[in-house]
Amino acid sequence: MANHPEVVLSVKDVKKDFHLPHDKQNSIKSAIVNMFRRRDKEADTQHALRGISFDIRKGEFFGILGRNGSGKSTMLKIISEIYQPTSGTVSHKGKLVPFIELGVGFNPELTGRENVYLNGALLGFSEKEIDKRYDDIVAFAELQDFMEQKLKNYSSGMQVRLAFAVATHAEAEILVVDEVLAVGDADFQRKCYDFFKSLKKSGKTVVFVTHDMTAVREYCDRAILINEGKISASGDPNDIADEYLKLFNKSMGNKIYSEDKGRWGNGLVYISNVAANIDKDNIIIKLSLTANDSEDVEGVVFGYKLFDSEGKVALGGNTLNCKNPVHMKFTKSESKDITFTIPNILGNGTFTLSGTARLSDGVTICDDWRSMASISNTRDEGYYSIVAPAMLEVRNG
Amino acid sequence: MNSQFIKKYRYSVILLRELVRTDFKLRYQGSVLGYLWSLLRPLFLFVILYFVFVYFLRVGSDIPHWPVAMLLGIVLWNFFAEVTNNGVTSIVNQGDVIRKINFPKYVIILSGSVSAFINLLLNLIVIAVFMAINGVTLTWLALLAPLLIIEVYAFALGISFLLSTVFVKLRDINYIWEIIMQGLFYASAVIYPVALVIAKSHKAAELLLMNPIAQAIQDIRYTLITQADTPTLTSVAHSGLWMIIPLGIVAVVLLLGMWVFKKQSPYFAENV
Repeated sequence: MANHPEVVLSVKDVKKDFHLPHDKQNSIKSAIVNMFRRRDKEADTQHALRGISFDIRKGEFFGILGRNGSGKSTMLKIISEIYQPTSGTVSHKGKLVPFIELGVGFNPELTGRENVYLNGALLGFSEKEIDKRYDDIVAFAELQDFMEQKLKNYSSGMQVRLAFAVATHAEAEILVVDEVLAVGDADFQRKCYDFFKSLKKSGKTVVFVTHDMTAVREYCDRAILINEGKISASGDPNDIADEYLKLFNKSMGNKIYSEDKGRWGNGLVYISNVAANIDKDNIIIKLSLTANDSEDVEGVVFGYKLFDSEGKVALGGNTLNCKNPVHMKFTKSESKDITFTIPNILGNGTFTLSGTARLSDGVTICDDWRSMASISNTRDEGYYSIVAPAMLEVRNG
Repeated sequence: MNSQFIKKYRYSVILLRELVRTDFKLRYQGSVLGYLWSLLRPLFLFVILYFVFVYFLRVGSDIPHWPVAMLLGIVLWNFFAEVTNNGVTSIVNQGDVIRKINFPKYVIILSGSVSAFINLLLNLIVIAVFMAINGVTLTWLALLAPLLIIEVYAFALGISFLLSTVFVKLRDINYIWEIIMQGLFYASAVIYPVALVIAKSHKAAELLLMNPIAQAIQDIRYTLITQADTPTLTSVAHSGLWMIIPLGIVAVVLLLGMWVFKKQSPYFAENV
């Protein structure tokens, strides 16, 4: 623990209140009317953040998660010094560039070239500095033939590409990124991810706000979950991403939620029966899924994971990525029996099975059950989680 | 600490340049003559006013060089009006950017005023041509004119800082300012000679010249056009000491405006 890199961004007990007059007092009439009206001050105050503290170290990829209205965007704006905290402090070392939105200051009446210089100036680049990077930016955006055209004639995809190209050349030490990945086509998103990878490689510090849990799991080193203006969880991004999903499902009416927290979900579809068997050749997982009795459910996906004794995932799969995928639909109270037959490639040891019934939207968890069954495998040879089903050839040379 | 200061300053300068440039580009976009309109517009306005006032209304026909003096007054007034009118709404107009990135907000006010100042300089070139045609002879006093223009500039900036801050929360202020400007226009002796007021009431003329805009316009006419026929605050009140009042007003407005702006600008993003 001795060789921690320095703290480059420090947030200490930040609170933020917004005063929201019932009638916004921005005309003389309402100002005068309000003078004679007793103002209930407490009712007008919205506590967006209620004491947030965290430190981010150099080179960290730090995720801030939270539902809409949780205060995470306010946090981002305070980090970027766009908003002032009501109390508490935020300090940072090195150049910090916020990407609350791409293409800040873009003007539709200016040409692509002119907008690059304008946007660049807002990011702190002089004309000469942009001159040096101009060709790179244009090449990155793949807009060589359009730079002398007005921005209003660009497609929205072209605008985003141009904005992102300028942003990638901002050379900040700390980047504050707010869901920019939500825009653009698949090709562009791949480019964004590549850029993120390069950021990570070059040791840049990134503060990242998103709803994309896949991105959180993949890129973040550490994450916090903000709920109702407070940090409700912090630490490993995988855990935080799970917490986030739970939060989301809880608000939808969490019907399944056992005491030991090993099982949760909204219960639209639930695991009604499960059995796992293993023999020399195959692992057979048999289970039944039952739909609730009040509504039909579409797009149900069931996935399983087998964890080894160290708690690492040994193998897994779901109803969509197996050899013969099935899109499942349930009518009210309907039950389906599901059988996975998996070639037994497991090594020696005991494995625990967990299963998740979810909807294909990626966030709705119907039933998530950890350690719902366990299986033991006995093999004589080796200590692997998985024995690779390799072909072998031995010849006399 | 010092390098931090330079960094901050550098960012402001970069931004200011780019915003002024953008402003100029946008202003004459799509017009064939482009920047030339900056010269042509005042030129044609002057020609029209010249005919109306000098040949038809015959205001100030007994005062030498009055037409040029009047044009000079209009040019200065337009500058003052442009800076303040743009200034009042400028912060709110840039709200979109303010909500997304942190930058020194005063740059917005300055950039609006720089465009107006460039316009003023172009207008002054046209005035110089008219002065030459009218046979005005320059004296060493002309060197004082830039100082007086700075006074007008400072006054306009002070008002812009103050009103743009108020406008963020109170959107009525631009209408109020419009009305004040209507009144101030006639209280600043722009299109009539001060001599007319003196003829009616000496006290009224004194009071009129306490207004910084009237005082500055008269003093600039005095330094650039004719000394003998331009009543100024000093000459009307028989004492240079009275200059404290208009200069004091300018200083107070500027300092107050800067103070209020500085105090409130961190909260523009959430209030705008």
